[in-house]
Amino acid sequence: MRKALLFILPLILFLLTGCGEKDRGSHAASAGEKGEKPAAKAYEPAYGDMMITGTIGDASVLLPVLASDSASFDITGLIYNGLVRYDKDIRLEGELAEKWEISEDKLTIRFHLRKDVKWQDGHPFTAKDVEYTYNLYINPKTPTAYATDFLKVKKEKGFRVLDPYTIEVEYDKPYAPALGSWGQSILPAHLLEGKDVTKSPLTRHPVGTGPYRFVEWKTGEKIVLDSNHDYFEGRPYIDRVLTRIIPDPATQFLELKAGKLDRMSLQPLQYRRQTTTKWFKENFNKYKYLTFSYSYLGYNLSDWKFKDKKVRQALTTAINRESIVEGVLLGLGSVTYTPFKPDTFWNNPNVKKFSYDPEKAKKMLAEAGWVDTDGDGILDKDGKPFEFTIITNQGNDLRKNAAVIIQRDLKAVGIKVSIRVIEWAAFLKNFINKRNFEACLLGWGIGIDPNQIDIWNSKKTGERELNFINYQNPEVDKLLELGASTYDRDERKKYYDKFQEIIAEDQPYTFLFVQDALPIISSRFYGIKPAPAGIGYNFIKWYVPKPLQKYSIQP
Amino acid sequence: MGFYLIKRILMMIPILLGVTIISFGVMKLAPGDPTSRWTDLNPNMNKEAIDRIIQHYGLDKPWYVQYGKWLRNMVELDFGRSFASDNRPVIDKIVERIPITLLINVLSLILILITAIPIGVMSAVKRSSLFDRGTTVFVFLGFSIPSFWLALLLMILFGVKLEILPISGMRSIGFAELSLPGQVLDVAKHLVLPVFVSAFGGLAGMSRYMRSNMLEVIRQDYITTARAKGLDERTVIFKHALRNALMPVITILGLSIPGLIGGGVIFETIFAIPGMGQLFYQSVMGRDYPTIMGILVIGAVLTLLGNLIADLMYSLADPRVRVSS
Repeated sequence: MRKALLFILPLILFLLTGCGEKDRGSHAASAGEKGEKPAAKAYEPAYGDMMITGTIGDASVLLPVLASDSASFDITGLIYNGLVRYDKDIRLEGELAEKWEISEDKLTIRFHLRKDVKWQDGHPFTAKDVEYTYNLYINPKTPTAYATDFLKVKKEKGFRVLDPYTIEVEYDKPYAPALGSWGQSILPAHLLEGKDVTKSPLTRHPVGTGPYRFVEWKTGEKIVLDSNHDYFEGRPYIDRVLTRIIPDPATQFLELKAGKLDRMSLQPLQYRRQTTTKWFKENFNKYKYLTFSYSYLGYNLSDWKFKDKKVRQALTTAINRESIVEGVLLGLGSVTYTPFKPDTFWNNPNVKKFSYDPEKAKKMLAEAGWVDTDGDGILDKDGKPFEFTIITNQGNDLRKNAAVIIQRDLKAVGIKVSIRVIEWAAFLKNFINKRNFEACLLGWGIGIDPNQIDIWNSKKTGERELNFINYQNPEVDKLLELGASTYDRDERKKYYDKFQEIIAEDQPYTFLFVQDALPIISSRFYGIKPAPAGIGYNFIKWYVPKPLQKYSIQP
Repeated sequence: MGFYLIKRILMMIPILLGVTIISFGVMKLAPGDPTSRWTDLNPNMNKEAIDRIIQHYGLDKPWYVQYGKWLRNMVELDFGRSFASDNRPVIDKIVERIPITLLINVLSLILILITAIPIGVMSAVKRSSLFDRGTTVFVFLGFSIPSFWLALLLMILFGVKLEILPISGMRSIGFAELSLPGQVLDVAKHLVLPVFVSAFGGLAGMSRYMRSNMLEVIRQDYITTARAKGLDERTVIFKHALRNALMPVITILGLSIPGLIGGGVIFETIFAIPGMGQLFYQSVMGRDYPTIMGILVIGAVLTLLGNLIADLMYSLADPRVRVSS
């Protein structure tokens, strides 16, 4: 069940940092059906109390360099810091770095580190830790999935420690995602240096610089963190964060109802139907904002049926995406037309949309040579009927259900679709990696940085590479290269706007939807301010007013 | 007897070897490998990085070399390290989950025995009575009801509505601050629902088994003899019949020994119990070969030991077996 999270797509999600709470969320996060709090003004922020969060998956390892699952990053995000981070408006700001300068030629970044930071064991934080972290990531022996950005740093003396609180990194060529990549968690050199990280005690007892320090981890049961009173941005108000591992969403929901959980992620059905009572409105606040991931129907462009872009445009026109959002997500999501999150800076809202219009779709298909000549209800061309199979992975009902709606819509225009659901490992190995499919229903994570070369570049079509639909467009290649090497945000956006126009025209995917994140949090927690970045960005400022505190924590 | 024991134990070696070879082979036949979680659909992994990880785990070698290496370590009781990203020793991962699984299974087995045996005996004695029919319906109900559904209903009733039992997990949040009796009580409260749900499902098998044994025995000549001697019905049933009818239960108990460290995934997921079922499921999904093999080996050893113990107990308990062997 927890693997379902990973399915959503390992891509870029964590490229930027040991992200966890902090970078989740999105633009235009809104307090969905948030109950009014009349007495809000009367309460002062206060220290104390505990927040009990339910999660479906246990963390696997609490050393961010080794982790690959969101459950682990949710925890390490509170324990570790990066040099930079994304603020509530998804703009970069300093965290362990006080400030930075980028050279004229855009090749060198100089970071000035904060001098008042201590590791949770009292050891001072210095440039040595950053140097160690960098070397650890680029070390070929480290089994990590997050080395790529750091490998772009110049090999020979590209990383320089100028003094204990100043470092400089130099790149071979301008690389726009570079700055954001320094949001990766910085690890303690004094505890790890010279040791095999995969066997380090820190994998289960992390020591960071962050707002919370590790207390206890009972496998499959709970993880306990206490506030770091010496945190350099001030002591967090909530004294303890306890994460309970409850793999079943229905059980989680019962625990929430019984008052044993303060926070969980709701399923669309729970959000719409089961949390609308007066009792829920009084005791909980619900939030709703788009997640950083989208689902799509990808066409194998090597398949003769999908070679003509007119056909792909017609397919998109024939699919009722609004009804997918309505039927599968109960309206808790948004239709998407490009590979960017609809409510972010990078999204281009002016692309061709190919809105649902079955009659028009039929015409477009006829123009492309697909007509029902033998009267069997299925379009054909050169004597071959238009039928194909959509494959998707097991364990993700949203995808399976979306495929069923697509099947219905395409049948209406005379295309016969079969659906095949396959176990994840077999799905990748025997179908995706071997290009042995006609169409696939999958999802990608959307990085905070807009770089998407790996998915669309004409050359990234090798065995395990990500352009498995074999999309070829030299202009897109060029635009994405330009986008990745341009630092200026507005100039950069121009390249991505153009890129989105081309993708929308070519329709190599039918972009389907972006899902909503649906957290519910006990109403005794104050200070939660939904922002473009979601709600987690100011976690250390959340508090429970003294009279409402439920648990007293003896440290 | 000593010779018999040694022979039996020596016989276990080739069987175990066969079990491990087959398990290893089947496991390797499944598509995917433990590197998937890093490498699948991950733009950051190029060919060299993937090869490096594959080498790191020795997955570039042919399967029989991998098996040989695993077997050599196994002989020294070294289960190896997990291929999951936690990289922990397999034995640690298994040992931390055994107590809770064992506790629930043992309690549930005891509960099954103390309800199923009387039910079975009474049903047999009062065959085709209202009691017999009623209990038949009851135990088959338990057998047929999906455990996750029953679990959710009980959670809603006792956890949310009545608020007398905890819903899931094994300990309360403030467990560490409780006194020792308080802690015992806390765990006991958490155990009520899981043990009940788990036992309810197992009731049918044992009680039906007991019933047919008993029916078999009651028909025997020595029971007629006992009745003819003028013994009262109570003595006939509980002394003469029951003892004989209980014999096959020993075999069942022997066979349930490996089951004691196994757990159902759905059951554990619903109750948020970090037991063996979840561990095994996660290991299989993550293609964590050393952990899968570790659990399978322990299961195989316990199955063989369980059989052996059952056979020994049998000969101890039943003089007829001793004489004939």
